[in-house]
Amino acid sequence: MRVESYKTLAEAARAMGPDAVFMAGGTLVMRDVNAGESASRIIRSADPALTEIRATGDGFSIGAGVTMARIVAHRDLPFLAPVARAVGGPQVRNMATVGGNLFAHHPYGDFAVALLALGARVVLAGQGGAKPLDDLLRERGRSGGPSLIVASIEVPRPRDPRAFGFVKVSRIKPKGVSVMSIAVNLPRDSGRIRGARVAFGAMGPAPLRVSAVERVLEGQSLDAATIARAAQLAGDGLDPPTDALASAWYRREVAGTHLRRLLEKMERG
Amino acid sequence: MAKIPVTFTLNGSERAAFAEEGLNLLEFLRRAVGDLSPKYGCGQGTCGACTVIIDGETHLSCLTMADAVQGRKVETASGLANGKVHPLQEAFMEHFAAQCGYCTPGMLMSAKVLLDRNPSPTRAEVIEAISGNLCRCTGYAPIIDAILATANTRRLA
Repeated sequence: MRVESYKTLAEAARAMGPDAVFMAGGTLVMRDVNAGESASRIIRSADPALTEIRATGDGFSIGAGVTMARIVAHRDLPFLAPVARAVGGPQVRNMATVGGNLFAHHPYGDFAVALLALGARVVLAGQGGAKPLDDLLRERGRSGGPSLIVASIEVPRPRDPRAFGFVKVSRIKPKGVSVMSIAVNLPRDSGRIRGARVAFGAMGPAPLRVSAVERVLEGQSLDAATIARAAQLAGDGLDPPTDALASAWYRREVAGTHLRRLLEKMERG
Repeated sequence: MAKIPVTFTLNGSERAAFAEEGLNLLEFLRRAVGDLSPKYGCGQGTCGACTVIIDGETHLSCLTMADAVQGRKVETASGLANGKVHPLQEAFMEHFAAQCGYCTPGMLMSAKVLLDRNPSPTRAEVIEAISGNLCRCTGYAPIIDAILATANTRRLA
């Protein structure tokens, strides 16, 4: 194993390859190192751009190396603070990064679920433009991990903070891994939901959106009948993992209940 | 493998030692520096036995590369006692907060950062602060009591 450190992200991106992995906070990569299962090259970069949080026109640009603890403490990100607080214990939150969470395999990666529901876009190092997080997560689900570096994540600010809801379902409080996590973003236009986004974690190979639920919510108000219809469709067609915490059957069975509770809580305000 | 010179502050003293490329901070502290207080539990960031304080924040030393502490301040449980045992250590003894003792150095580090930042924590805040540290002996209640008692004693002092 070799460790390579680069001054800039652009240089680090050029050094990436199928035999390399990028390391930020270390909470994922060092586990593999300690288990003797690491990639043969570990790429690091101390590029200050990685740890920047900037306000943009309609939201925030969050450097991929920003830690969960910094998200919790940031005064302009109250909608993301509860999500970051749900990740790991204090030590993990001091280390684990927003970018790393996009590559965290089951049962980790709850922050990515929230970013997916918020419609976040990722900026790749050494490449121009941003692409939907949906695409990155889909590619990751297929290939197990692309050889690229996420430089930053563009997160739109929810127009109405009450439109965004998140829950992490775990068996151990306050720190336990996910049975599942659910994030919903339901912007309203004169009382009607427009542009619904509903994302699940621990319900597939990577965080995913459930379009059947989004379609049921679209154009509706969040009344009891709509919530019931959404809950009914929640686990449909999903192939969640079976692990020590829950079986695939259990996850499918309770997905609707947890979605219903979250939506009811949001409706109550 | 390349050896990397790492210079840092350990419990207030300047230290320098060589780290093999890719070595984690825990092994570095234990083997190269000789501080045996941080413990190897899981090597996966789950148990918190390896918790150390880097620049005032708790970190898992098993998931930190040794050279990441270059020029930084590291605190471990072996730096707590200064002539006499630290009030937290005193309270851990008083409240039977250690049985096998393996989690204790990590617990002390998490507790120290908590009390440094929040001298009067609630029970819930103590639970949150040690949520990254597993203890398989005590059931946590004596540890929580010890931390709360330390806060109380300090307030009275």
